[in-house]
Amino acid sequence: MLRPVITSFVLLFLVSLSADAQVTADRLRRASDEPENWLTYSGSYSSIRHSLLDQISPANVENLKLAWVFQARSLENFTATPLVVDGVMYVTQAPNDVVALDAKTGRIFWVYNYIPSADARPCCGRVNRGVAILGNTLFMATIDAQLIALDAVTGRPIWKTAVGEPGLGYAMTLAPLVIGDKVVVGVAGGEYGIRGYIAAYDAVSGDEVWRFYTIPGPGEPGHETWEGDSWKYGGAPVWLTGSYDPDLNLTYWGIGNPGPDWNPEQRPGDNLYSDSVVALDADTGELRWYFQFTPNDDYDFDAVQIPVLVDLDTADGGILKVMLWANRNGFFYALDRATGRFLNGRPFVTVNWAEGLDDSGRPVETPQPPGAVTFPGVQGGTNWYSPSYSPNTGLFYLSAWENYGSVFMPSPEPTEYRPGQIFLGGRPLSPIQGAEPPGALGRGHINRSTEMMGTGAVIALDPRTGERRWKFEMTDVTTSGILTTASDMLFTGGREGYFYAFDARDGELLWKATLGGVVHNGPISYQVDAAQFVGVAAGNSLFVFTLGD
Amino acid sequence: MQENKRISITVIVAVILMVCGGESLRAQEHAGEYLQADIVFGARLYADNCSSCHGASGDSVPGVSFRGGEFRNASSDFDLRRIIANGLPDSAMPPGEYSGAELSGLIAFIRTMGDVDPGTLTLGNVNRGRAVLIGKGDCLSCHRIAGNGSRRAPDLTDIGVMRSAGALERTLLDPDGSMLPVNRPVRAVTREGEEIIGRRLNEDTFTVQLIDQDERLLSLEKANLQEYAFLKSSLMPSFEDQLSEQELSDLLAYLLTLKGVD
Repeated sequence: MLRPVITSFVLLFLVSLSADAQVTADRLRRASDEPENWLTYSGSYSSIRHSLLDQISPANVENLKLAWVFQARSLENFTATPLVVDGVMYVTQAPNDVVALDAKTGRIFWVYNYIPSADARPCCGRVNRGVAILGNTLFMATIDAQLIALDAVTGRPIWKTAVGEPGLGYAMTLAPLVIGDKVVVGVAGGEYGIRGYIAAYDAVSGDEVWRFYTIPGPGEPGHETWEGDSWKYGGAPVWLTGSYDPDLNLTYWGIGNPGPDWNPEQRPGDNLYSDSVVALDADTGELRWYFQFTPNDDYDFDAVQIPVLVDLDTADGGILKVMLWANRNGFFYALDRATGRFLNGRPFVTVNWAEGLDDSGRPVETPQPPGAVTFPGVQGGTNWYSPSYSPNTGLFYLSAWENYGSVFMPSPEPTEYRPGQIFLGGRPLSPIQGAEPPGALGRGHINRSTEMMGTGAVIALDPRTGERRWKFEMTDVTTSGILTTASDMLFTGGREGYFYAFDARDGELLWKATLGGVVHNGPISYQVDAAQFVGVAAGNSLFVFTLGD
Repeated sequence: MQENKRISITVIVAVILMVCGGESLRAQEHAGEYLQADIVFGARLYADNCSSCHGASGDSVPGVSFRGGEFRNASSDFDLRRIIANGLPDSAMPPGEYSGAELSGLIAFIRTMGDVDPGTLTLGNVNRGRAVLIGKGDCLSCHRIAGNGSRRAPDLTDIGVMRSAGALERTLLDPDGSMLPVNRPVRAVTREGEEIIGRRLNEDTFTVQLIDQDERLLSLEKANLQEYAFLKSSLMPSFEDQLSEQELSDLLAYLLTLKGVD
């Protein structure tokens, strides 16, 4: 009888501990300093996805063993990245349930079930990428464009705020970003003719504090890059979590495609701030600078990637605060994140829609003739899959699609905007007749892909030049994020269902496990008691590994 | 021979175009876009399903003339496909349950009515086609239909849904040139020297799954292979010289009836 009593006492202690040990704004600023936890979507405000844990290393990774599995009761892709806070894991179960688990055993403390409105119409899957935390409150952005605050101890709701109108195509799939006392989110809906925005809400009341429209209104700078009423339905959605530099007090967000997606003639001009990164004052939401990767986009090349913030040493002994960005359009960029100035850039996969970048970083476009194959294809050279930067190796790592093209077919006539209806203006086609292209959501169990249908790769780049240092090639494409650690481990997955451990220095494959489902999230690492864990989702489940005896 | 047959079709279309010089520009623009087999297949479907309202010449509905390229609600093949499948609300045009192959055939025929004389088309006979498949064509020595035949080549039980008439004809005449990349056979040689040729069923970074010429399901580890490559030519012979034009039409007509098991 003694053991159950002791066990109960330990569990009670853990729960009471998480009730007391609140996640303050200061802890979020210093998230990298507590590698036993995973406190934001990308692990820290810099979004480098680099853990300082080093227990699992190249010398012992072959001893990794499955610790536990969480099988979600959802058939949607498991795109969520969990948070881990002092031994408790918080993860979403698609579309919008939140689950709290014991991060050591996988046993569930509570489940919050949310049924989104039937009006919700996310374009590309009823998915969710995770929650944010401040104090003892969790924040979830839902596919029906609601922001919900939950008690992290009980799983009960505190407030709910409408961020957008789901019937008009506004949706949210991203994990919120907490900065100070605010919760920052953005709206998806670039295929429905929305007008995108990023908005901050008071973490206590749920009241809106500021809103930045990703398409400037009349009288605002940049409005001239749209003609007529095209700005009203121009898309520019925000569906992936941004980053934050506390010293500059700037928060950076990637903006998605202009609408209609594939008919640029219907929206002449650069279409700011579609396909751009914007740097906003975190207190006010005011625009400090922007950089547009793909003006007047023909291809649906959302700049919806994670802004990776890195400090590089300069030749004169100083520090250059840069932003690294491997874009869906196939180019890698390094920007000065204080000013937005273009530093360098070059293709990281085959690119033929532009022959290069000019001195300002603007693409020198070379549109392909009608019916010809454009590289990269519609899903891009990379996409929303989180990259990583390792201060140890000094390398930038990303998941790429190589040998992948599409034939773009703009509509011959302008597409009429109808509220809440799909607004595409054309379509992309497979470059090979009869061959199924690898879509955004996966290709099913069978892969018989061939040339131009895409192969996957993990690529290591030198951030100073964009040159490749190593590559690991996969037969199928990959939608997995990447994690690096202080022991020079690199963890990632792929659509083939493998979970990989590489040597981050040279790309040597050290270990792999078969998880039997597509990896749609980014691996994380954390520590409970004395043991380091790595977790990754595949198919509909979350798998957590630790070293065996 | 295959070139000769294609040339003859081209010549026929060209002669018809010269004769029908007064036809609409739109119809002429589409003359070369469609394959003869699709047009033939579409002609049969049109006669059975469309001609009672639209007429044999395609001009019985006011404001619509298929021969003249005049349409009230369609400006593209995509529009035609949608209208034929879904019908037009508040009109006499009903929705139709057609396979992709049937829609391709109907569109090919409708688009070329101004160019092609239906009387010149060689229509196949389904029963004769089945006999060709079993007999002279010997198709079941490699293919399988509803549980009968070999598993070495793809199962044809629903090939009439999966492939258009034009695509099937191309495969029969030119298996190498028409082979979809995903259907290319693979050749593997194990470290022990065993040669394996088969149809690839699945593949990932480390393994490949296939069905070999002995109808075995094999899963091979690439690390254990000394050679692994796609074959550039199909394992299927061309029937260009083996079957007459009538026999090919008959075989096509039968294949297009294969729509799976109920």
